[in-house]
Amino acid sequence: MDAIRVENLTKQFNGFVAVDHISFAVRTGELFGLLGPNGAGKTTTINMLSTLLNPTSGQGEVAGFDITKDKDEVRRAIGVVFQEPALDNKLTGKENLEFHAMMYGIDREERRKRIKEVLELVELTDKGSLLVEKYSGGMKRRLEIARGLIQKPKVLFLDEPTLGLDAQTRRHIWDYIKKLNREGGVTIILTTHYMEEADYLCDRVAIIDYGKFVALDTPEKLKDILGGDVVSLEINGDIDWLISELRSFQWIKTITKHNGILSLTMEKGERRIPELINTAQKNGLTVNCVHLRKPSLEDVFIHFTGRTIREQEAGQNESHREMARRRMRR
Amino acid sequence: MIYRTAIYVLWLREMKRFYRAKSRIIGALAMPLFFLAFLGLGFNRMAIPGISRDVSYIRFLVPGIIGMSLLFSSTFGGLSVLWDREFGFLKEIMVAPVSRISIVLGRIAGGTTTALIQGVLILGISFLMGFRMANPASLFLSFVFMILIAVTFLGLGLIFASKMKDMQGFSIVMNFVIFPLFFFSGALYPLDNFPLWLRYITYIDPLTYGVDGLRSLMIGVSSFPLFSSFIIMIFFSLLMIFLGAYFFEKSESV
Repeated sequence: MDAIRVENLTKQFNGFVAVDHISFAVRTGELFGLLGPNGAGKTTTINMLSTLLNPTSGQGEVAGFDITKDKDEVRRAIGVVFQEPALDNKLTGKENLEFHAMMYGIDREERRKRIKEVLELVELTDKGSLLVEKYSGGMKRRLEIARGLIQKPKVLFLDEPTLGLDAQTRRHIWDYIKKLNREGGVTIILTTHYMEEADYLCDRVAIIDYGKFVALDTPEKLKDILGGDVVSLEINGDIDWLISELRSFQWIKTITKHNGILSLTMEKGERRIPELINTAQKNGLTVNCVHLRKPSLEDVFIHFTGRTIREQEAGQNESHREMARRRMRR
Repeated sequence: MIYRTAIYVLWLREMKRFYRAKSRIIGALAMPLFFLAFLGLGFNRMAIPGISRDVSYIRFLVPGIIGMSLLFSSTFGGLSVLWDREFGFLKEIMVAPVSRISIVLGRIAGGTTTALIQGVLILGISFLMGFRMANPASLFLSFVFMILIAVTFLGLGLIFASKMKDMQGFSIVMNFVIFPLFFFSGALYPLDNFPLWLRYITYIDPLTYGVDGLRSLMIGVSSFPLFSSFIIMIFFSLLMIFLGAYFFEKSESV
């Protein structure tokens, strides 16, 4: 059975299409990732699946329940860790958990046991009686993850679970998420814009851009699409001319250009580098730097969207700021 | 449909927050007390048409100021949904598997209790200032009236909170809703002095009946019969709970 099934799910905000007819299914027990830049529609998708937003059109089912018709059943089956903190700062960590457990109708005995359990899990046992406003960002994050687990959900939504955390805490949370999924059998759907996070954690990854899915597969298969190695060349001069020259080479699978850097994918890249440099020199270009590596999800993202995820975000922030300015003027 | 634990835990949260925000309590009490002290002292010697000679102005004012405190704290209490939205906690509440009406009732329970505590504190301070009830036996019924006032304006606050996206519209609600409700209610002066057309507006202001009922119970002076004020206040509070719940359910929480 599928834990999540989505068909043509769409959300518009005043004419702006945030999520554009996406369809996918997440298998029970799967760790599924939504990878994309900020503003691509990941959080909106999560909000619709967790019944916080009504879809403009399309259907969705979570744990077998319709997200618009059986909201209460969906809510009972899920846990959500939101991207922005959703804690009450004026309550202690424990009180936040207590509040949550009571909202989910867990009785006193069970409540005490589970709160102790989850606090230990995220290593906040000795901070439980501290007001949340005294917590650091990482502690808040951990507390929220703990909270999402109290009711033992069938499906857990993690919206950017490690955003803004230091490397060590991130590692820690990754391992924990993995364990929860493997040993606890919890279906997890997480959003991220960290490539390595999606790569390390997810069974399958959907790449989302401008509200649409551009690719969906296991990280390995997504990387295989590129075929072999990625060779990046930093070149002085007219790259476009070189590109047209390179197109005649059968062994080059894909060619992308961004910021004056040429990325080519091919089998056995290390053996092809001399030939690439020769070709460049024949065309009167100097190669400043050559870089060879196995493809990452970043390359997959560039392949499908023509941009790096960071460029994408920079561009979007620009347009967001513009929108905000316009709103202010009104 | 009604989840008692959810109502209780939402109430409990409100109590804890209220207890921990002592400066907020002092801030909320300060304004009504200043009104009471300065208006009371300033106008006490004056003969105000519509107030009988044997009722001093400060006595006339006490129920009005309690009504004022209830109006402000309850409307803010309803609007506090916007703070929860701002700080993200609203999502945590809305994603919980409890009926929306339970959430509304929990908020109303919490907001009513805090508003009532403030009203009682003001009444207590008035006692210290020399205020005496006409009939101490009606103290309990006064509390009932205070609760009805609080529930009504919590509902109103919830309606506005559901229609607003953030706190930016707060001052508009303050200046164009809360203050007019206050001035049209006769909390500060007898409404008989208003021209007739203005008096019609005062008749649709719930606080008019709330303050009048309190006045009837506390000092034995009123413009409307106590019973009709009571019925009207029950009507208003039920209407506002219903509308508040309706709009709250309809609004999107993110």
